[in-house]
Amino acid sequence: MRLQIPLIVVLVTGLLLIVTFFIPHEPFGSLEQRFLIWYSIVAGFTMLLGLDSLTRYHLVRIRDKIKGWGFSIVLLLGLFITLGLGFYSWAKYQSPFTLGSPFMFLYTYVIIPLQATMFALLAFFIASAAYRAFRARTTEATLLLVAAVLIMLGRVPLGGWLWHRMVDFADLIPGTHLAGLKNLEIFARINDWIMDIPQTAAKRGIFIGATLGGIVMSIRIILGIERSYISGS
Amino acid sequence: MRISDLKISKISRYYMVLLILGLMVFSISFAQETNIVAPANVRVFDTPNDGGKSLSVDWDLIPADTALNPNFIRYEIYRSGNPSGPFSNVGFILKGSNQYQDQTVLNHKKYYYYVQAAFKDTTAQSAVIGPGISIPQWFNIARINVLLATIILSVLVVWYIERAKKGEKLFIRRIAGIDAIDDAVGRATEMGRPILFSFGLGVITDVVTIAALSILGKIAKKSAEYQTKLLVPNNDPIVMAAAQETVKQSYIEAGRPDMYNENNIPFLTSDQFGYAAGVDGIMLRERPGAVFWQGYFYAESLIMAETGHSIGAIQIAGTTAVTQLPFFIAACDYTLIGEEMYAASCYLNPDPQMLGSLKGEDASKAIIVGIFTIIVIIATAGFLLVKPMPIINKIFETLVSWFTAK
Repeated sequence: MRLQIPLIVVLVTGLLLIVTFFIPHEPFGSLEQRFLIWYSIVAGFTMLLGLDSLTRYHLVRIRDKIKGWGFSIVLLLGLFITLGLGFYSWAKYQSPFTLGSPFMFLYTYVIIPLQATMFALLAFFIASAAYRAFRARTTEATLLLVAAVLIMLGRVPLGGWLWHRMVDFADLIPGTHLAGLKNLEIFARINDWIMDIPQTAAKRGIFIGATLGGIVMSIRIILGIERSYISGS
Repeated sequence: MRISDLKISKISRYYMVLLILGLMVFSISFAQETNIVAPANVRVFDTPNDGGKSLSVDWDLIPADTALNPNFIRYEIYRSGNPSGPFSNVGFILKGSNQYQDQTVLNHKKYYYYVQAAFKDTTAQSAVIGPGISIPQWFNIARINVLLATIILSVLVVWYIERAKKGEKLFIRRIAGIDAIDDAVGRATEMGRPILFSFGLGVITDVVTIAALSILGKIAKKSAEYQTKLLVPNNDPIVMAAAQETVKQSYIEAGRPDMYNENNIPFLTSDQFGYAAGVDGIMLRERPGAVFWQGYFYAESLIMAETGHSIGAIQIAGTTAVTQLPFFIAACDYTLIGEEMYAASCYLNPDPQMLGSLKGEDASKAIIVGIFTIIVIIATAGFLLVKPMPIINKIFETLVSWFTAK
């Protein structure tokens, strides 16, 4: 029974949601929205579960003096100060999200800059990953390198400048009238072609495969064939 | 004789110019005045394919409805339960649009409408039309294409499952990323380092998270057999609870329930970059020997994968997020691309039902490729033969509109 009841719940819910997609008539029409509201309520309560897990994890680290336990003190202080300021702002300003409240001050001047700092690191990580990926060791890596260089030339002002200088150089040959070639912007055109044709085709191929895989996985879950999400299955 | 030959004084010329300008302004305003007409061909009908409580009203745009005409402002919609009134305003639509959906009606009740064109100084009212009756529909006809596709896919899946059950041998190609799991866990064990597994920012309603749970189960079982610590930092509390249960079950199946520690599967934060910072911190402190990125990822993918690379861990990624795949391919040793994530659970648990469903998916893919090929041929022929055989282009347009999801 411990296994059967969850499987029945999943089967009924899955079939109901499929039916609601095709039947707009009440009570089916609004069922999907209702289920989403239920999910939001459950998800809201599970935040308490997360809070409990986070607090216990760091208390254990502090108690056992595990390497880096000082950071755990900072984290717990940050957690409870934010929580405290949130309640204080709620009591004083009727909402913690009121501009000028201590909670919003903390959010604007601590959390947002920290998020921006982490995001900014991405630029350096992209550079190091690109360096490794673009080393021309194999045919595939060489193709990747060539495509990447062409895309970069097509997207930065240097590409346009380079093309104009190349046309100027060709213009030195007597009898050639290559002024119109400048407007051709060959690197920009190559960039557009790579992005619109091979890149889009590959992306759509992956997308179609992933979507079909997701649908079949859902069928497996609804029919109870896939049970990895149920403990003891 | 030219106008310049006429002896007209400068002042007279000035007055003539003024007269011409005045005539022009008069004619423009006269033209706009004549454009003050009411909306024509007003229709009211039950909004198609909905759950009721909605009527649609449409009309032809009036000649004054142009972007350059500041005199015309909007269309106002009036409704009454009786053709003789009284009518009340139920809403308006700005100029340029000719359709309004009234979602404040009751089902099975008659309603009458008129549309009023509102100008700066005046209004023009259409004739009263109706009655319109809202009726909830039992089937969304616009989604018949999706229903057909669902039926074909389900029939194929069930048919292949039945074939597999009868003992037919179904071939699945090897997936390098899944084969490498054992090596990665073994490597971490030999190095005396833990294993790290992350679901990214996926939530439990993402199918890819459920696919990742089955991969976690396999890794947890191996780590329990090898007695290697497994760390699973989480971004979502529900996923954390599911991950804890999966790992616990795997440890029990491996005969090592004593190894299970809930604190190794903690919740970090729901914030995207806070989570990335937390996972990076764990990696730099614990220095795992093997890292698994399985689930749904956003911009944090490369921040985490590059940190994993910097500590020398073997990394196996898998995601359906097309935008993050290049980052994983660049930074990780193995990457499960898109559908391989979903195939992983069948690969790890190759019972007939699992294999059959995978084969059904492949057959559906073959059908889709066939349909694409046919449509591409029709589209190309339609383009090349647009003058002698315009019917081909029409067939193409009909096919595209039928296949387009609504």
